[in-house]
Amino acid sequence: METTNILLAGVGGQGVLLASQIFTSVAIEAKLDVKQSEVHGMSQRGGSVTSHVRFGERVYSPTIDPGEADFLIGFERLETLRNMHCLKAGGKVIYNSMRINPGTVASGAAEYPADVPEQILAFGEQTFMIDGLGLAEQAGNARSSNVVMVGAVSSFLPLPESLWEEKIKEILPAKLVDLNLKAFHLGRAAVK
Amino acid sequence: MSAKKAILSGNEAIARGVWEAGVKLAAAYPGTPSTEILENVKNYTDIYSEWAPNEKVALEVGIGASIAGARTLVTMKHVGINVAADPLFTLSYTGVNGGLILVSADDPAMHSSQNEQDNRNYGKSAKIPVVEASDSQECKDFVAIALDISEKFDTPVLYRTTTRTSHSKSIVTLKERKEQPGKVELVKDMPKYTMLPVSAKKRHPLVEERILKLKEFAETTELNRVEMADTKIGIITNGISYQYVKEALPNASVLKLGLTYPLPENKIKDFAAQVDQLLVVEEGDAFFEDQIKVMGVKVAHGKDLFPMTGELSAAFIKAQVAGVTLDLKDAAADLPGRPPAFCPGCSHRGIFTILKKLKVFVSGDIGCYTLGALPPMGAMHACVCMGASISMGHGMDKVIGKSDDYSQKVVSVIGDSTFFHSGMTSLLNCIYNKSTSVAMILDNRTTGMTGGQENPGSGKTLGGEDAIAADIPALVKSFGIKNVVKINPYDLKDVEDKMRAALDSDEMTVVVVEAPCVLRYRISHPAWVVDRDKCTGCKQCLKVSCNALSLEEEGDDKFVVIDPNMCAGCGVCAQVCKFDAIGEAK
Repeated sequence: METTNILLAGVGGQGVLLASQIFTSVAIEAKLDVKQSEVHGMSQRGGSVTSHVRFGERVYSPTIDPGEADFLIGFERLETLRNMHCLKAGGKVIYNSMRINPGTVASGAAEYPADVPEQILAFGEQTFMIDGLGLAEQAGNARSSNVVMVGAVSSFLPLPESLWEEKIKEILPAKLVDLNLKAFHLGRAAVK
Repeated sequence: MSAKKAILSGNEAIARGVWEAGVKLAAAYPGTPSTEILENVKNYTDIYSEWAPNEKVALEVGIGASIAGARTLVTMKHVGINVAADPLFTLSYTGVNGGLILVSADDPAMHSSQNEQDNRNYGKSAKIPVVEASDSQECKDFVAIALDISEKFDTPVLYRTTTRTSHSKSIVTLKERKEQPGKVELVKDMPKYTMLPVSAKKRHPLVEERILKLKEFAETTELNRVEMADTKIGIITNGISYQYVKEALPNASVLKLGLTYPLPENKIKDFAAQVDQLLVVEEGDAFFEDQIKVMGVKVAHGKDLFPMTGELSAAFIKAQVAGVTLDLKDAAADLPGRPPAFCPGCSHRGIFTILKKLKVFVSGDIGCYTLGALPPMGAMHACVCMGASISMGHGMDKVIGKSDDYSQKVVSVIGDSTFFHSGMTSLLNCIYNKSTSVAMILDNRTTGMTGGQENPGSGKTLGGEDAIAADIPALVKSFGIKNVVKINPYDLKDVEDKMRAALDSDEMTVVVVEAPCVLRYRISHPAWVVDRDKCTGCKQCLKVSCNALSLEEEGDDKFVVIDPNMCAGCGVCAQVCKFDAIGEAK
């Protein structure tokens, strides 16, 4: 298997790291080499967050360079657009349409662009926009939109559905498993 | 049975490695990217672990444990080594009893730091070996090797990581713990451990001999590995750069250094002789390159292609060496940035709102409150290192002298953990030398920026046991400071009145702000709401820099809304509204 590069982009507090953990666990279970990289620290205070997940036969670098991502998973529309140039030609972008104002917008110093979806489409790659927040609410908790996104991406990866379910059961606290499995399946169905 | 595997970050792997290698004591001061090492060590109950108030103390605790015969781990971020440099340089002379490794987690590209110093230089100047891993498996395995080196050569080992090795995760094969045979007991050996000139003069030649022996060892250790392939290009590299090189140039020959000081001169010369062109690929300083050139070995390319600033990447190496670049699309332009900001409900917000209003010069320090320097707050005007705020403020105060103009007055701002770290001595200096400056101690009962660790003021230890909660006002008063004022950061009038009084006083005032971190202690009150009929869209409230507030437009009507999911109900925004448009939800 060629190395698969998944770039996750969102806002601190959205569960980007938990989503990364589901990807890495599934890849290990599938007997693949895996690396994952993120930067903690100042990014936790409501700043932009990215996480790099790479798996395949043998993975060296823990980071994905611009133009090398097979998948860009956007947890928020502006953060998706900010990272579009990282996508490989022919790659797929799957993003949550929700909007979170950055501090610069909240303070009135900058404006949130009105045409984010159009700008994302203008990159000309395969684009899947999902109402991640709506689906998460449908699953029973707005905070499960990260698992909705994992579900959406899973449908493009050659790894069995049961493996994803198994890892969600393993990683999430017992009382949240059912609603997150629901979120996973809603996400998985949303891009079919 | 197959060996147990796990996906671990480099920091988690180091914690596992010291547990496997029989370490008995671990001490640290938190600092990105090193913090998670001790947070994971604490889960191994065979190891006693603690947060020290600063890095110097942490290393000294470690030295004591080592002298008593225990294998020891001390961790800190790169700038922490500056604080611990005093004991470090003399520890080089005393050597160890139980093996001691000192982790320096460097931060090339300054993801969360104030400089990008390359701490391999400390190894060279303190004359101690430096070990560097390139992934999590090595982070774990090299710990055991480094402890063996420490004991065999009677030396502390500087164990250097970078943000990418500390924070990236990869698969690690685990082992069980192996207790060490060495006895833990106090054995008096004055000439080895008491560094008076008479004994230190005898130790220094041993240090010089030791580094020569380590040079010989460097030639044969498994830490340094040659991977011969195509001989057109040979690359000498280390740490995370090795991974980038393998990704970018899979056919190149590589000499991967894991013992990065002292260098294996013969191995380097042999490798250089076998390749047409020798390249040195290292992040940070020309640490290898300069030493290799001194050996008389020709380096075709080094820092001419790979800068001393920032991080490297596989794509960058490919472009610089092979001239291969991707036809990249431009990043979307002119997007609003998303910098980190004070959390909704943070007690620092009201403080910086008033400091900005008073137009004073703010001498700052290291912590979440350093974010007060960023726009739109923009109310911090100097920040150098841990504990510097109060001493710098004192220096400013002494040369400026008396002034009624607030723009020529200084307020030093420091957090609780940073005050315990190295602000206490600065404050003692102020009162001793008759400062008239104002110092604010923002006591939120946690080490916030690194993720909310315990400290001597929080009432808990690293392991979660109950502990003292140092009383800052009492401590400050014990220095002889008479004007110690407490303020409520959520009451802007209280903040402004008391700050004015402090600034107008001819004597030093210490203002203590006691307000627990809302993130760490999950403090939240019902969200506030904007009365749309009263809101004029004047944006005054937006200047308090809260992500829960935003300006909305409907036709010609502009008004602010508060996101009820984010608002922590602190009420600071309501106090700056001139139209009484923000109120508690009914």
